[in-house]
Amino acid sequence: MNRIVVVGASAAGLAAVETLRREGHTGTVTLVGDEPYLPYDRPPLSKQLLAAEREADRLQLRPAGDIAALDLDLRLGVAATGLDLTGRAVRLADGSELPYDGLILATGVRPRRLPGEGAHVLRTLNDALTLRERLAPGRHLVVVGAGFLGAEAAAVAWRLGARVTVLEPAAVPLAHAVGAEVGRVLSQAHRDRGVDLRCGVTVTEVTEDGVRLSDGEVVEADEVLVAIGSLPNTDWLADSGLTVGDGVVCDAYLAAAQGVYAVGDVARWYNPLFGTSMRIEHRTNAAEQGMAAARNLLAPEGRKPFAPVPYFWSDQYDMKIQAYGFLRGHEEVAVVEGDLDERRFLAAYRTGDRVSGALAVGMPPRAIRRWRQTIAAGAAWEEAVPAAA
Amino acid sequence: MKVELEADKCVASGQCVVAAMQVFDQDDDGIAILLEEQVGPGLVDDVREAVAVCPAAAIRLVEQ
Repeated sequence: MNRIVVVGASAAGLAAVETLRREGHTGTVTLVGDEPYLPYDRPPLSKQLLAAEREADRLQLRPAGDIAALDLDLRLGVAATGLDLTGRAVRLADGSELPYDGLILATGVRPRRLPGEGAHVLRTLNDALTLRERLAPGRHLVVVGAGFLGAEAAAVAWRLGARVTVLEPAAVPLAHAVGAEVGRVLSQAHRDRGVDLRCGVTVTEVTEDGVRLSDGEVVEADEVLVAIGSLPNTDWLADSGLTVGDGVVCDAYLAAAQGVYAVGDVARWYNPLFGTSMRIEHRTNAAEQGMAAARNLLAPEGRKPFAPVPYFWSDQYDMKIQAYGFLRGHEEVAVVEGDLDERRFLAAYRTGDRVSGALAVGMPPRAIRRWRQTIAAGAAWEEAVPAAA
Repeated sequence: MKVELEADKCVASGQCVVAAMQVFDQDDDGIAILLEEQVGPGLVDDVREAVAVCPAAAIRLVEQ
């Protein structure tokens, strides 16, 4: 294997190219990124960068010297537009073709949008800098969507003195992700600060004055941020012959075809630890997956299934939320430490007869780390959470 | 090799402790603490793993 192409120059793509070099690959490594920047970190975009506590230069994932030492064929500021699976070549927007022996897809996701012009989204550095310029004391920000991204941005805007309204279609924010009880407790943090959280309202379009709801009401705003989830960047693969269905569909080894792997937000793979296919949009998963796919690509005879315990965190107001596992589709939630209403608790999640996840707010770090092992071991619910049984 | 930690970037995820328990710990707020600044060959792979999985890119391993 001589020429390896990695499409996508964010956390997952970077982890892949670093691992290729660390594992001894000496051939060509091409890294393609549609943004004109060296790999940078996205989680601070809705946190420290938006709050102007950290500047863009500190978001670089590696110093320029470390990137240079990887001896990459860097193609930044140019998107991939097509894949010829049988001819083994990637086409780029500038007309060039990149032949490959091995390919890693890390093209991420893009924000879902609403009809109408003028709303912000929050995915790239430029998105975050544009929104930041428009946040100021007294200005009214309407956030559409009370998921993790919307909640983080609302918290920062509130801290900057903006007037904040959050519009959420579900009855309880984040209920599908963390359960109704925990979702209710987390969303109370908005209301405690005077953020106007309105649930059960559907926004149909962005207008010149704000947003329009399904009942016709217009909610006026100085700025609108749409944070209603993301779509995997797979359009460029539509006629490639790869299986695409809410992400690039991969096996347990992260392979989408022979010699072709997918990693990061765009990858839907079968996680044998949970016995289900999943697509995870979390920062640590991107890095772990990039490393795993690079190793499997270089040494197919010794390849390993990718069976991680996913992890994510979110910073909202004074809360740090941390979770391990795969909470979606859970059947039961039990508070095993602390108190929900004090917003200082650890909750365990059950799927089937197993512990599938744990989520902590305001708890000491060791409290949640211990549960990672529990989930990785596939522990039985009745043994791990005796009080609930 | 020398381990460098930028604690002000740390997001308290504890991923470094999972990857390299002998080199990292967390304080009461979850912020990473460096237990060993110099690491020998036996721990280098663990620290490389920590560098790679740190979600804040707060760790570097420097050749000396």
